[in-house]
Amino acid sequence: MSTKSRLHIPHPSARPGDKPDFSYLNLAPAGSADKPSIDAKPRDIEHLSMNLVRVLDDEHRAQGEWNPNLDPEKLQVGLRWMLLTRVFDERLWQIQRQGKISFYMESKGEEAVSIAQGMALRAGDMCFPSYRNTGLYLYRGTKLVDMMNQCLSNTKDMCKGRQLPVLYHNKEANLFSLSGNLGTQYPHAVGWAMASAIKGEDHIAASWLGDGSTAEADFHHALTFAAVYQAPVILNIVNNQWAISTFQGFAGGERRPFAARGIGLGIPGIRVDGNDFLAVYSATLWAADRARRGGGPTVIEHVTYRGGAHSTSDDPSKYRPKDEWASFPLGDPIERLKKHLIAEGHWSDEQHIEVIEEYRVKVGAAWKEAQKFGTMTDGPFLDPAGMFDDIYAEIPEHLVKQRQQMLELES
Amino acid sequence: MAQMNMIEAIRSALDIVMEKDPNVVIMGEDVGYFGGVFRCTDGLQRKYGEHRVIDAPIAEGGIIGATIGMGLNGLRPVAEIQFADYIYPGFDQVVSELARIRYRSAGEFFSPVTIRTPCGGGIRGGQTHSQSPEAIFTHISGIRVVMPSNPYDAKGLLISAIESDDPVVFFEPKRIYNGPFDGDPEKPAVSWASHPKGEVPRGYYTVPLGSADVVEEGSELTIITYGTLVHVAQAAAALVGVNAEIIDVRSLSPLDTTTLTESVKKTGRCLIAHEATRFSGFGAELVATVQEECFFHLEAPIERVAGWDTPYPHAFEWQYFPGQKRLAAGIRKVMEAQ
Repeated sequence: MSTKSRLHIPHPSARPGDKPDFSYLNLAPAGSADKPSIDAKPRDIEHLSMNLVRVLDDEHRAQGEWNPNLDPEKLQVGLRWMLLTRVFDERLWQIQRQGKISFYMESKGEEAVSIAQGMALRAGDMCFPSYRNTGLYLYRGTKLVDMMNQCLSNTKDMCKGRQLPVLYHNKEANLFSLSGNLGTQYPHAVGWAMASAIKGEDHIAASWLGDGSTAEADFHHALTFAAVYQAPVILNIVNNQWAISTFQGFAGGERRPFAARGIGLGIPGIRVDGNDFLAVYSATLWAADRARRGGGPTVIEHVTYRGGAHSTSDDPSKYRPKDEWASFPLGDPIERLKKHLIAEGHWSDEQHIEVIEEYRVKVGAAWKEAQKFGTMTDGPFLDPAGMFDDIYAEIPEHLVKQRQQMLELES
Repeated sequence: MAQMNMIEAIRSALDIVMEKDPNVVIMGEDVGYFGGVFRCTDGLQRKYGEHRVIDAPIAEGGIIGATIGMGLNGLRPVAEIQFADYIYPGFDQVVSELARIRYRSAGEFFSPVTIRTPCGGGIRGGQTHSQSPEAIFTHISGIRVVMPSNPYDAKGLLISAIESDDPVVFFEPKRIYNGPFDGDPEKPAVSWASHPKGEVPRGYYTVPLGSADVVEEGSELTIITYGTLVHVAQAAAALVGVNAEIIDVRSLSPLDTTTLTESVKKTGRCLIAHEATRFSGFGAELVATVQEECFFHLEAPIERVAGWDTPYPHAFEWQYFPGQKRLAAGIRKVMEAQ
C-alpha cells in the first residue's frame, strides 16, 4: 500500500503493435459449470456469474450439464442463420465502402448471441435489441430486402427515411425500434415485462446492450426495477471487449465480471461463452423458463469479441492489435459450431462453402431488388413531406404550416 | 357538481380513467400505499390494487423508462415525478425515447405515457422544489405539454392527456393545489370553494388538449399567461384598473396560436407572464408568435414579466416570484407606450 491515494487509469492488455493478450479473461473448461434448477435461489448460484458456462470443448464436442442436446437439424438451422448474418454484414459493409449507403454497423463475431437467443425465445417474447443484433432481426423474419431498404432510406424504408442505417424495427416480429442512444432500451424491456406480468401473460422480454453501455444510468435503473418487481426479463450484456476505442475495463470490467452486476440486487447472473452457440442457447432457455414461471430476471453476460470495427466510421487499427480477434481464446462462433457439426458428422466443409455461396447469391439478389425502390443517388425518392408525419398521433396545425412552407421552397 | 381543490380534481380524473380503462396504471415515488406526497393518488391503490398503483424506487429515469415499456405493451401508464425539479434524471428517456418512438418507427410503435409532475414555487421550497421547467419540454417535438390553472381544467385536461395516444408532460402548479393565489403572500390563503373553477363535475368530462382559455374578456390589453400567474394577472389587472383580456394558455405545446393572436389583434397590446426564468423561457416563444402574427396590430412593444434568471432562492422567494407589483408595472409599461 502507498501512503498516498492513487488514480487508476485502466489500460488494455495490448495496443497496436503489441502481441494480443487475453490472459485477463477468466476461462473455464467446457462442461465444468453446474446447471442449477430454474428455481434455485440467487444466493446459491452466485458462482455462475464468475464462472464461464461452456458446452463446446476444444475437440468440438458438447460437454456437461448445460448441453441443450439440440437435434443436429436445429443446429444446422442455427449455423445457416449465423452464416446469413455474416454474409449480409459483409455485403452491406462493402456497399457502404462503395458509397451507396451512408453508414453501417456489422455484428461480425457476435452472431451466436442473436441467433441462439433468437431460437431459444418464443415468438410472443418481446425483444429490445442493440444495434449489433443484426441476426436477431433476420432470424425473427425481417426480409433481407427490407433491411437493405432501411439502410438505403428508400421508398420502402420501414423508418420512412428517419433513421440511420441499421436502426431497424419489426413490430410484427416483436422487435422494438432501435434508438441509437445507448442502453435506453433496457428499462423499456423491464417495463414491458412488468406489463406482461400485470396482465398475467407468460410472454417475457429480453434486451441487449454492450459492455460499454453498462455504465449508463439506464442499465442500473433497469436492473433495480427488474429486481424490485421480479420482472420476467432477460438482461443480456454482450461483452465484446471493446466500446469503440475503450476496452471493457473502462466500463468497470477489470475486477468483477459484468454478469455479477445484478448480484447485489439478488438477480442471478450467468457468464457464458458468447461464441458457443450451445451454451448461449442453453443459458437463454434456462433464464426464459425461470422468467416465464415467476422466477424473475436474469443477467446473462456473453463473453465474445467485436470482430469488426465499431462502425464504418471507425478504424480499430488505431487502438487495438490488428490480429487480436484471431488470438481470442473463444474463437469465432461460426467456426466453432461448424466444427462441432462436422465432428458429429452432420456437416461438411463442402456444405459450408455451398451455403455461403447460396447466401451470397441471395443477398446479391436482395440488393438488386432493394435498389429498385431507390438509392441515395437515384430515385424513386421518399416524399420529404413525410418528415412531418408520426410526430404526434395527428398532425398539429403548426406542423401543417411548416410542411407547407417546406413544400413551397422545394417546388 | 362538487367543490374540489386541484388535488381532489386530479385524483377524481385518475379514479375515473382507472375505472373506465383497466390498462391505466400509475407508477411513482410514494404514490401507492401512502397516496402521494401531495395526496393526488390517495386511496387509489386500495381501490385498484398494487398492480395498478405502483410504488417506485427513487429513480426518475427508471420510472419514465419502465412506464414507456409498459405503454409499449398495451398499458396506458401515468408516471408521477414527485417534483418537476426531479425530472432531469429521466430527461433522456423523455427526449430520446418517449417523444421519438412513434416517429422513428414510422408510426408502428408508440407509448402513451402521461407524466404528471408538480411545478412552481411560492411554497418555501427553495431551488430544488420550486422550478418551472416547462420550456425545456416545449422545445421537444413529439410530446404535449400541459399546465392547468384550476381544478376544473386540471381534471378535464388530465383525462384528455391520459386518453391521448401522444405522450404528455402534465405540470401541476403546486402553489394553487389548495386554492387560487393572487401573488400576495401576506393575504390569508383562499380555498377553491369560493372560485367558480372549483366547481367540478363528479363524472367524466374532458377539456381538449391544444386549446387556450379566455379567462376574462377585455379590450385594452391581452395578458397571455398560464399556471399560478393566471390568478396573479387577474389581480394585477384589477390593481391597475385596466380592462384586460386574460388568456390561460393551459396547453403549451402544441400551442393554440389562434386564440392568442385573435385577442392581441383585438386589443393591440400584449403582456406575457410566467413564473419560470425569463431567458429562453416559454414567454420568448409567445412573444415571437405574437410578433409574427400581430405586428401590424400592435400599438406597443410586447412586454414580458418572468422569474429572474437566477435559481429559485429560499429566503428571497417573494422578491423572485413575479407577483402583482411586477405584473402591474409590466401592464403600466405596455399601456403607457405610445
